[in-house]
Amino acid sequence: MTFDDDVRDLYQEVILDHGRKPRHGQRLAAYDVTAKGDNPMCGDRVEVFVKFNGDDTIAETGFEARGCAISVASADLMAETVQGRGKADTRALFETFREMVRTGHCPEHDAGLDDSMERLAPLAGVHEYPSRVKCATLPWHALVAALDGTREASSE
Amino acid sequence: MNVEKIRADFPILSQTIRGKKLVFLDSAASAQKPRAVIDAMREAMETQYANVHRGLHWMSERTTDAYESARDAVAALMNAPDRDEIVFVRNSTEAINLVAHSFGRNMLKPGQAVLISGMEHHSNIVPWQMLRDAHGTELRVAPITDSGELDMAAFEALLQDGRVGLVAITHMSNVLGTVTPAERIVHLAHAHGAKVLFDGSQAIVHRAVDVQALGCDFYAWTGHKLYGPTGIGVLWARRELLEAMPPFLGGGEMISSVTYEKSTWARVPHKFEAGTPAILEGIGLKAAIDYVRAIGYDEMAAHEASLTEHALARLGRIEGLRILGQAQDRGGVVAFALDRAHAHDVATLLDRQGIAVRAGHHCAEPLMHRFGLESTARASFGIYTTHEEIDALADSLIRVREFFT
Repeated sequence: MTFDDDVRDLYQEVILDHGRKPRHGQRLAAYDVTAKGDNPMCGDRVEVFVKFNGDDTIAETGFEARGCAISVASADLMAETVQGRGKADTRALFETFREMVRTGHCPEHDAGLDDSMERLAPLAGVHEYPSRVKCATLPWHALVAALDGTREASSE
Repeated sequence: MNVEKIRADFPILSQTIRGKKLVFLDSAASAQKPRAVIDAMREAMETQYANVHRGLHWMSERTTDAYESARDAVAALMNAPDRDEIVFVRNSTEAINLVAHSFGRNMLKPGQAVLISGMEHHSNIVPWQMLRDAHGTELRVAPITDSGELDMAAFEALLQDGRVGLVAITHMSNVLGTVTPAERIVHLAHAHGAKVLFDGSQAIVHRAVDVQALGCDFYAWTGHKLYGPTGIGVLWARRELLEAMPPFLGGGEMISSVTYEKSTWARVPHKFEAGTPAILEGIGLKAAIDYVRAIGYDEMAAHEASLTEHALARLGRIEGLRILGQAQDRGGVVAFALDRAHAHDVATLLDRQGIAVRAGHHCAEPLMHRFGLESTARASFGIYTTHEEIDALADSLIRVREFFT
């Protein structure tokens, strides 16, 4: 096996690309809620900013992250896939995503999450690296904390 | 030194990880165990195990002898003048907490200061913060230079007002590899009326420690980094200090007599060893010390110096790789950052090649911040590390960097 073959299960091109050039990796000029996420074990940190539409669905998500390629790519794909979703819908997506990164398999879910789960599928490879699962879920914990009105989340 | 022969003593090293030959470069976090240590602990359990210092039966006496012989081995290893100056604890962290509680709260006065350095492990920062908050002592931090060495002028200046009662400082940094100028530190501290504690967790793995030559007052280290088991560590302290210090934990083993009105303490060192000790771990530590001494510190130090020189040369040639610390006097740990990849990604990609390194803040967050970083990867070497393993690390790092291009 070449070096690339060894690591491509986790570091797929999508992840490398979003890790290197996140599309949503900035603080929003105007936002409604925000929260920080911290992983005290490794020092990774992410701050999430959310702007709502009039109907309380997510209009836009931005983030500032200090962390590894997995956490940055996960934050970026999260920002993309939660756009247009309501709070309950976003939580359902997070629960489904979390199950996928823990087990490597996408669990049964509502058809409305299909497209997003397909988009998030490249992150399923982290299940093989238990210490890295938290890297992928940290931005989601921060997002849910922001939606709940809690200012801080920890992936511990 | 015959590294292949040494490697054969460590059963774990013949393993494959993810289908690759294991390249274990994380010995500074915890070292692997030679067969001698594994066997000593297993044999004790299979043939003579019982509690120590109490049972009037053959097994207990045998086990007590074996456990107490570990104290003799430690005393000899550190050239301690008196075996009763060896206090067994769980690890360096507990040793430092013992000193912070027992010496700090009773023999330092509020308003006196504890002086540490800018390259301490959290275990030599947090106990002194807790002492500060509980007892009103000050916590001072001597800065380090860009090369990762103690700023001796600043260190001396911080001693000038005579209020420092204790200098608590690493003997070798777990991140930078820097070996601190111990004799000079002791000389300056004593000249200003301060006692000296060394955190020797890393140093004792890489060089002979002679507490009488160093002239220090306390020396803390842990067994599991010296090829021994986890759960046993050592605090050495001058006898007169141990005699004057009150106990840290209370309970069985540490008393002379107990009534409901009053208890009296056992003699030193048992006064500081409450409860059933880490018996098997003590026996394992003795085996580790015997193993290390049979190889000899001169041989080990020469091997590690050669490995470190090789690593600095190979890693130093990799574009975009920054090594933390360029101390003149250093041991076998090399922390580094790659420009294009986060330390965790580096560690995961290396792990896929069977190479184990540590990544993170190495329990030294303030030190990371001093160098403007949140985390680094760290390769650390042991007696079983080979030059080929360092080559494998360097070759893989080049590919990691290409991968993130």
